[in-house]
Amino acid sequence: MTVVDDRFAAANTDEGPQELRSRSQLTAKEVLREVGAVLRMSESQAAALADIKHDAGEDQTMIINMGPQHPSTHGVLRLMLELQGETVLRCKPIIGYLHTGMEKTGEQLTYMQGGTNVTRMDYASPLINELVFSLAVEKLLGIDGDIPERAVWMRMLLSELNRMSSHLLFMASNGMDLGAVSMMLYGWREREEVLRFFQKVTGLRMNHNFIRPGGLAADLPAGWRDDVLDILEKIEPRLDEYDVLMTGQPIWRERLQGVGVITADEAIALGATGPILRSTGVAWDLRRDMPYLKYAELDFDVVVGSYGDAFDRYAIRLNEIRESMRIVHQIVDRMPSGDYRIQDKKVTPPPRARIDESMEALIHHFKIFTEGFKVPEGEVYVGIESPRGEIGCYIVSDGSAKPYRMRIRPPSFINLQTLPHMMRGGLVADAVAVISSVDPVLGEVDR
Amino acid sequence: MSDGMTEVQKTAEELHGCPVIVSLGQRVLLVGREQYVSVMKALLDDTFDLCVDLTAVDYLLMPNRVVGADIKPERFEVVVSVMSMQKHERLRLRVQVPADDATIDTLFDVHPGTEALEREVFDMFGIVFNGHPDPTRILMPEDWDGHPLRKDYDFGRIPVQFKGSPA
Repeated sequence: MTVVDDRFAAANTDEGPQELRSRSQLTAKEVLREVGAVLRMSESQAAALADIKHDAGEDQTMIINMGPQHPSTHGVLRLMLELQGETVLRCKPIIGYLHTGMEKTGEQLTYMQGGTNVTRMDYASPLINELVFSLAVEKLLGIDGDIPERAVWMRMLLSELNRMSSHLLFMASNGMDLGAVSMMLYGWREREEVLRFFQKVTGLRMNHNFIRPGGLAADLPAGWRDDVLDILEKIEPRLDEYDVLMTGQPIWRERLQGVGVITADEAIALGATGPILRSTGVAWDLRRDMPYLKYAELDFDVVVGSYGDAFDRYAIRLNEIRESMRIVHQIVDRMPSGDYRIQDKKVTPPPRARIDESMEALIHHFKIFTEGFKVPEGEVYVGIESPRGEIGCYIVSDGSAKPYRMRIRPPSFINLQTLPHMMRGGLVADAVAVISSVDPVLGEVDR
Repeated sequence: MSDGMTEVQKTAEELHGCPVIVSLGQRVLLVGREQYVSVMKALLDDTFDLCVDLTAVDYLLMPNRVVGADIKPERFEVVVSVMSMQKHERLRLRVQVPADDATIDTLFDVHPGTEALEREVFDMFGIVFNGHPDPTRILMPEDWDGHPLRKDYDFGRIPVQFKGSPA
């Protein structure tokens, strides 16, 4: 390997292997940490850990790789599992195979272009990534209170539809991972309905760059209301079919109930959010508890589980699709008229028709797309509820047209830390169910 | 559009002996490196039980910035977001970390969920977390040179390094 630059020679960092090490290389304390004794546990919980064999001899255990090329790992997640027979004793996720330096790229793109970057992180819910980025930029600009009503409601409509499509994707992949292959077809079929609507509105099925600082890229197309109602009408009975196919089915329940259990204390200690936290019975949803946009005006329920197992996480997501549909119904009824973006010359390009007749508009258009707009100095953090948990955006601005630092708080990356704790003591076959129930998007984990 | 927005507004508020500033309506606690872990423990007792995010910023290109509350700016800043689910409140901590001694104590004992986040900050910025149980890289290959999110790490000029490739 070549050293790129002398400057980095001092920072040459071979800090040892990232892989799961064998027991002979670890101290007893390290083994206990890897099986999860470090969490903020009560004494009885810690005592329960002692029931799990972590003193297994080296000759009885085997360390194997699961992934990165494994169909159930949702991309390029690599898990190193220490097995004793069929039982998982320890597990370590190894990530980074999809790392493309998107946070570094974000520092090179103007605020205008930033949306194209963040939308590619969590590719299952791109509109929500764009939303959190736009909200952070608007807060830095001080225009967060001036966004037109219609733009706010359109943003809510798109994020709820995106939550539905993301959860439908989960339904598909979760079914496939557990052997219900027909479920994969159904899940993709329903998701396709939503994506088709996105294509009509934004021009693209994924990676839309549609929600932008200041509002949205375009207004909703004519006939959008019928399209949305059509989707809701189609999906409603199909969710009931899922109930017949999976929820009530004994094989499905046997496969998921009691698998990958995590307690509320563990989930909070590990920073887990979203359906993982809610499956433990903690009713925490940023849409309700720290409302952004106009969620405070909507009527919806936060779905919680009670056992913290893979079945709860499945059921929560299924019912969150229903809740999102309830929200979409309300949004369709209440969608206000007005402008879809702020009319602020600083951030809004001139309308296309003006460019043909006005030299100033042409210059303005050219400047805003080449140089972008300057954002006042400051730092801000905005967190919203993505289908996977809290997605946050921390931006530091130095007063130029590009962010000085652009950080996305990736929910999947942090939720992935719960894997070793959910898998401990379970079977290898259940490992697939556990990965699936965390629903990681590796594009966001690695960024 | 608010004109003449200052980056930070000074307030007289203090929390656990550290100054609190307000940045665009959000409360930010400026903590010294020495008190950092003990303040986090105190905050945990104040129901700030969810550590939402831990990241860092390299302020190499902004040496004259104003941190607020007469805190001396350093090259690195570790930024921690915590949340109280009980009080529905967020709080951000900013810790100055000097370039010549880029180390800070680990939060692992207070918030085990910062394990991966601290590894990421180490990987991207080269800030060492004292006492971290697994101080390895997380996103970059383990034999990578340099820390990509540092401001002196050139952008777009690094040839692709393949692990174990012949030089």
